[in-house]
Amino acid sequence: MRSPTLSTSEATEPPRPSAAVTPPVGQRGPAKAWLPVLPAVLVVAILAYLPYVPVEVPGLLPWRVNGPGSMQLVATCLVMAGIALSYDVIFGRTGLLSFGHALFVAAGSYLLTISLASWSLPLWAAIVVALAFTTVLALLVGAIALRVGGIAFAMVTLAFAQAASIIVLRNPGDVTGGEEGTSLPRAAIPDLLVGVANAPYRYWLALAFAVVAAVTVTMLVRSRAGHAMAAVRENEARAAVLGFPVYRVKLLAIVVGAFLGGLGGVVHALVLGGSSPHITTTEFTLSLLVMVVLGGAGRTWGALLGGFLYHYADARLVEVSGSSLFQALPEVAGQVLAQPLFILGVFFMVVVYFAPTGLAGLGARLFRKGRL
Amino acid sequence: MTDLLLLVVTGVGLGALYFLAASGLSLIYGLMGVLNFAHGAFMMAGSYAGWWTMTSLLPASMPVAARLGIAVVVAIVVGAVVGLLVEVVLIRPLYRRHIQQVLVTVGLALASVAAAQGIWGADPKPLPKPEWMSQTTQLLGARLPNDRFVFILVALALYLGLLALLHLTQLGLVIRAGVENRTMVEALGINVRRTFTIVFSIGGAAAGLAGLLYSQYSGTVSPAQGGSLLIYAFIVVVIGGMGSLTGTAVAAVTVGLVQQLANYYAASGVGDLSVVLLLALVLLLRPSAMKGAMA
Repeated sequence: MRSPTLSTSEATEPPRPSAAVTPPVGQRGPAKAWLPVLPAVLVVAILAYLPYVPVEVPGLLPWRVNGPGSMQLVATCLVMAGIALSYDVIFGRTGLLSFGHALFVAAGSYLLTISLASWSLPLWAAIVVALAFTTVLALLVGAIALRVGGIAFAMVTLAFAQAASIIVLRNPGDVTGGEEGTSLPRAAIPDLLVGVANAPYRYWLALAFAVVAAVTVTMLVRSRAGHAMAAVRENEARAAVLGFPVYRVKLLAIVVGAFLGGLGGVVHALVLGGSSPHITTTEFTLSLLVMVVLGGAGRTWGALLGGFLYHYADARLVEVSGSSLFQALPEVAGQVLAQPLFILGVFFMVVVYFAPTGLAGLGARLFRKGRL
Repeated sequence: MTDLLLLVVTGVGLGALYFLAASGLSLIYGLMGVLNFAHGAFMMAGSYAGWWTMTSLLPASMPVAARLGIAVVVAIVVGAVVGLLVEVVLIRPLYRRHIQQVLVTVGLALASVAAAQGIWGADPKPLPKPEWMSQTTQLLGARLPNDRFVFILVALALYLGLLALLHLTQLGLVIRAGVENRTMVEALGINVRRTFTIVFSIGGAAAGLAGLLYSQYSGTVSPAQGGSLLIYAFIVVVIGGMGSLTGTAVAAVTVGLVQQLANYYAASGVGDLSVVLLLALVLLLRPSAMKGAMA
């Protein structure tokens, strides 16, 4: 969909590695074209129907599935799934190890709350401002950071994100709220998105964001630009020799990832009712990295699953650790295991060693074995 | 004038801490191409080991300075051992897979900070400080805090020690050759992997020392400390040219000075931002300096 920007200098065919990752749709028969979409449509349909399911699932959720608590938790999980997918455009699809993705998510979230609360813009204008500014920021930061490659790129993006984190914590002009964060002004938000009773609407908003992110990334990956990204990831020098505009391809990946991340920040602010400085921190970027690798880098389902499960585990492991299973352990071990990040960090290391393709890759492997 | 002198001394003192944290990072990166996110965990290990030595292991009747002296040794040893273990157990199996190595150190950083929070709690713990180090010295009309002189002396000693190691010993020769061209060193039949382990424990020792001294600087020990120091250490390593010890030293002092001066003469907080601005400027003006050290 963005191929016109690239088509001028890109006369060669898409290289093989990318073709192996995502078979072009055109090669299938027309009758089977809808088949790969079917699972996605089913999952979305089931998720969209959840607010009408008044049952309890003991162990999975502490409340009724369509209760406000569960809705809010699953909505946040879905937002994180979309944000993880936006990071995967940069990390998994293009192979850029960025440690600054929090910058773009935070830009989307904070610009929305600030333009609503401090500049009194209407909601649609605030969203436009947040997304436009995030995109420009991505162009600027990307253009500077891409002057170096590899590990140095990681450090430079980290430094930029850290600068934004410092600004937010210093609370210039009293707009960001410092460590407290800011909340959305009640009057500027449509009634449907406010209040405990309207949790299902926020949930559908989050689901819509996850779907938009998934569709955008799928379309991007199948476009010429997406093939160019895969070529850069597989072998940058080879892509350059083949005539791909490597710098522009990488910048495009950063801008698209940042735009989706900014959109995720906007939805995050709407779902949670404000911005918190946590989403500006390096830890947040690192958790995005963990989500993507856990789920499976470079796979749409993997990043979505990783983001969803990571946030779910982060929110729920605290309660599990209070259970009787942990009472039997020595006190210190119990205290350590009560930290969700400890379990997630260790699990992450295990995945890096033993399942480098993540949960999605593992699933795909088992699926293929089962069919043979 | 007295203000300026005070700012320069405190700035160089801060730069000394950055150098302690960044030197190991730079050596590890230069030789092995590993961006060690777990360096913050090494620092945390050093500062908690020092805190435990000073408050629990040694009797409170001992003078604080003596306890600090022993704690420094403990922190260095603990840092070295942690660095050694991490290299042998976690980094070595992923040899030559740089992204995975980074990912493992990220996981280790997350898990170790969480573990420390679980064991000791997230709140900062007070760390005893020798009387003399919290006092000031009158020099040219400025009242200069004594602890900064200690930091500067320790950093200088580490710098000279590392320089001597790199230029006067057989091991240093192998490390320098490895930074220059690792493949060639291997082709000559030298066991670079053993050098990796040694460099990792040297980096861990320096990080342990940096962690304890940074805790002395802030007066407390907390799980988040290592991470906040680590980000500045990363910036110092990048500005210093990744893998060059003298470059790292110059960059550390520059970053410390810029931060102190801007925080004082502009508003508080501008210093931290101007450090990032400095990094962007260096990247724009001489990006080739960093590509030179790319793995």
